[in-house]
Amino acid sequence: MTLQHTPLSYEDRIFKNLDGSGDWSIKGYQERGGYDGLKKILTTDTVEIIDTLKQSALRGRGGAGFPTGLKWSFMPKPTKERPTYLVCNADEGEPGTCKDRDILRNDPHTLVEGMIVGCYTLGAKTGYIYIRGEYYDEANRLQAAIDEAYEAGLLGKDILGTGVCVDLHIHLGAGAYICGEETALLESLEGKKGQPRLKPPFPAGFGLYGMPTTINNVETLAQVPPILKKGVKWWTQFGNPNNHGTKIFSISGSVNKPINIEAPMSITLKELIEHYAGGVIGGWDNLQAVIPGGSSTPMLSAENCQDAVMDFDSLMQYKTGLGTAAIVVMNKDVDLLRVMKRISGFYKHESCGQCSPCREGMGWIYQLMNDIYHGKADISDIDKLEDLTHRIDGHTICAFATGAIWPVQGTIRHFRHLMEQKVQPKKTASKAKTKKSA
Amino acid sequence: MSSVRIVHEPADKVRDIYTWSKSAKAEVKKILAKYPKDQSRSAVIPLLHLAQREFDGWLPTKLMNLVAETLDMPYIRVYEVATFYTMFNLAPVGKYHVQVCTNCACMIRGSDKILEAVEKLTGAKAGESSADEMFTVSEVECLGACVNAPMMQVNDHYYTDLDAESAKEVLTALKEGKTPKVGSQVKEAS
Repeated sequence: MTLQHTPLSYEDRIFKNLDGSGDWSIKGYQERGGYDGLKKILTTDTVEIIDTLKQSALRGRGGAGFPTGLKWSFMPKPTKERPTYLVCNADEGEPGTCKDRDILRNDPHTLVEGMIVGCYTLGAKTGYIYIRGEYYDEANRLQAAIDEAYEAGLLGKDILGTGVCVDLHIHLGAGAYICGEETALLESLEGKKGQPRLKPPFPAGFGLYGMPTTINNVETLAQVPPILKKGVKWWTQFGNPNNHGTKIFSISGSVNKPINIEAPMSITLKELIEHYAGGVIGGWDNLQAVIPGGSSTPMLSAENCQDAVMDFDSLMQYKTGLGTAAIVVMNKDVDLLRVMKRISGFYKHESCGQCSPCREGMGWIYQLMNDIYHGKADISDIDKLEDLTHRIDGHTICAFATGAIWPVQGTIRHFRHLMEQKVQPKKTASKAKTKKSA
Repeated sequence: MSSVRIVHEPADKVRDIYTWSKSAKAEVKKILAKYPKDQSRSAVIPLLHLAQREFDGWLPTKLMNLVAETLDMPYIRVYEVATFYTMFNLAPVGKYHVQVCTNCACMIRGSDKILEAVEKLTGAKAGESSADEMFTVSEVECLGACVNAPMMQVNDHYYTDLDAESAKEVLTALKEGKTPKVGSQVKEAS
């Protein structure tokens, strides 16, 4: 069987230095065509820019896939009393996801240029980049890039003589996954615990310091200038309708060559793994399961992986999603239930504690996953676990809990038999015990 | 709450007075300039980072109070931030804080062996400090370097693409006062 292979040409790549083999600095970026045409964008009507983005069908790369053009269109015009803000979400923390780190350290100017364009379009004079605290070296790299941009007259007052003023500031977080949720991020940026806000009001109406605010992922922002420069037609040639463009896929786990790779949307999972990540360790037949979009997205079984197409809409047929496009491959040598138990432990640790179903539920879920893994559970506990996930879902302020229960549901859907194998002996033991006591 | 904090604060590790150095004061000013004048509270996380960096790598109550006073914030507002975020150490840590990621991508690629090697070399189990106070070992959540798994963070830096051997080499170098190469530990093909 020959596998279809459609590599993205160098010209079409947005992140030309994603692998870090070239020069990250402004000189290298400009040699690769960066900042070309920026002046023209900064003199284009902002309504036109938003229209172009709407036509491009660019969807947020941070996990939720919300249409960027639409999000930007929600923003009111800034006034003196109510300035607007653009905030970049670089609080990358979804297990499996590591694309923004490579953008920040290897191609930081793509983000700086995206922020300039974003701030201009939304009328924001100030942009904040909220970077997870652990990315200390990466933040320093971005700061160096920002300093270069100021030096070159690309930031600050009257950028390139267009009269546009933009200041960018980096804000480091301090180790809380929940701050990747946009309203928790705003709370954190305001100097509070990172606990999500009730919506509505949405950030476009009441965001940072109560002002109209848009929050976008690193990759999304970096993709805006190339779309505006090269046009909708160029962008929409990639990927299925409503899922267009290029995308960075982070392929980790049981593959021969783990990699961050920019590829066209709607590429097959198999092509990504086989062509870009060096194949599954032990061969394709040794594949057990794949997490397609970060730890929150339910697994694909090996059978699903045969034909799965990687975009927002296509993955829905497998009851999963593209998320952050962080592909975690597990071959048959992996103790799958241990990995899933570890992921549940992660969500238990990261629950912000605001909503009871999440605060309490995450602990119960982890306990059940742990008990099942260690064979301490009864077979009915698997059903109890599934029932619990449904009782948590939809009963919390933010989507964290949903993201935490999805992988559990995916495990039960595809690997219930593994769980049953674990609990079986306990079942007979507990029965015997009941008989005795009766 | 307060009694718990005091238990974690060994008296011999807490300084008598905490005041910003001249250079730290300049840094505080720089940080405050990032935010609107009436929103100085935004600087609380950056200032807690700065405080931890300036003084011994952890945040005794007195030091949190310094941050609160600098920003004119109620103490409790600073305590609740410091206790919410895992990067703020509420108890003393060793000279090197070794944080081994054991989440999914790292686990699949052998973080068990990395943690084992780290624990063996330092003599400290996860959650503990070594007897000589050189190392504190922590098991941490995903650090976002999954295509370079397994990995660990030591103080500010990432050491990635590890195996047990290279993890030990990094820590041995640090112990000997050397500066190991930050980032990928894969030896360049010669």
